Amino acid sequence: MTDLFFYIFSALTLGGGLAVVFSRNPVNAAMFLILTFMSMASLFVLLEAYFLAVIQVLVYAGAVVVLFLFIIMLLDVKEAAKKPFKLVTSIASVLGFAILFFGVWAIRSGLTLKGSEEGLPPSAGSSLKNFGYELFTTYLLPMQVTGFLLLVAMIGVIVLSKRLKAEGEGA
Amino acid sequence: MNVGIEHYITISALLFSIGFFGVLLRKNTLVIYMCLELMLNACNLGLVAFSRYHGGMSGSVFVFFIITVAAAEVAVGLAIIVALFRKRQTVQVGELNALKG
Repeated sequence: MTDLFFYIFSALTLGGGLAVVFSRNPVNAAMFLILTFMSMASLFVLLEAYFLAVIQVLVYAGAVVVLFLFIIMLLDVKEAAKKPFKLVTSIASVLGFAILFFGVWAIRSGLTLKGSEEGLPPSAGSSLKNFGYELFTTYLLPMQVTGFLLLVAMIGVIVLSKRLKAEGEGA
Repeated sequence: MNVGIEHYITISALLFSIGFFGVLLRKNTLVIYMCLELMLNACNLGLVAFSRYHGGMSGSVFVFFIITVAAAEVAVGLAIIVALFRKRQTVQVGELNALKG
């Protein structure tokens, strides 16, 4: 049963990813991005990372995609991107895809992972309590740095969005 | 055959490659950003799978940090795109050639 769900959700994830790449309209791409993030959250559930699944839905499918849609609608991009992809670009992109994928595939084939035939080992109990305990003991410094990073990002966005007087006169 | 960690790693690699493909192929800055998010997500899947495989918490904690950093990155990146649009009235990478000699 779990295997069936894995195949369904991985197909949805990959299909959504491909649809994001090939959607002409950025709004459609954002919608397929939601599909990809939701099925990725389902894969997290299958891996018994429940907290991360919730975070994935809240942060990615919630905040990030809404921000994307907001900017897409705000900019109201003209229909300039209707022309087909250039042949050279397409060939280069497919080559890049193939090289990257088969590179990772070669590394993966070189690995010998113990017990990978009989599926995943039983979960070691990655409960929310353990998660919080790890965050505030072993990973206390990264936690603080991440909080500071959010502050820096906030200030950066405010500065970037502010219309400077000199810039306004120049334009 | 049971679904093991190798299946998850394969999906992760495929999704990462799809994201890379999109970054190379597309001309719209916003869609390029979405493809970057796909690549970050693919990394997250790999980390969660390995974390489950090893039975530890470290991978999951790193995914938590990656999600936080990705959210901050999206906010700053979209602000840059908006500032760019104000100056140049376009989001197509082909027309952003101010650094061309």
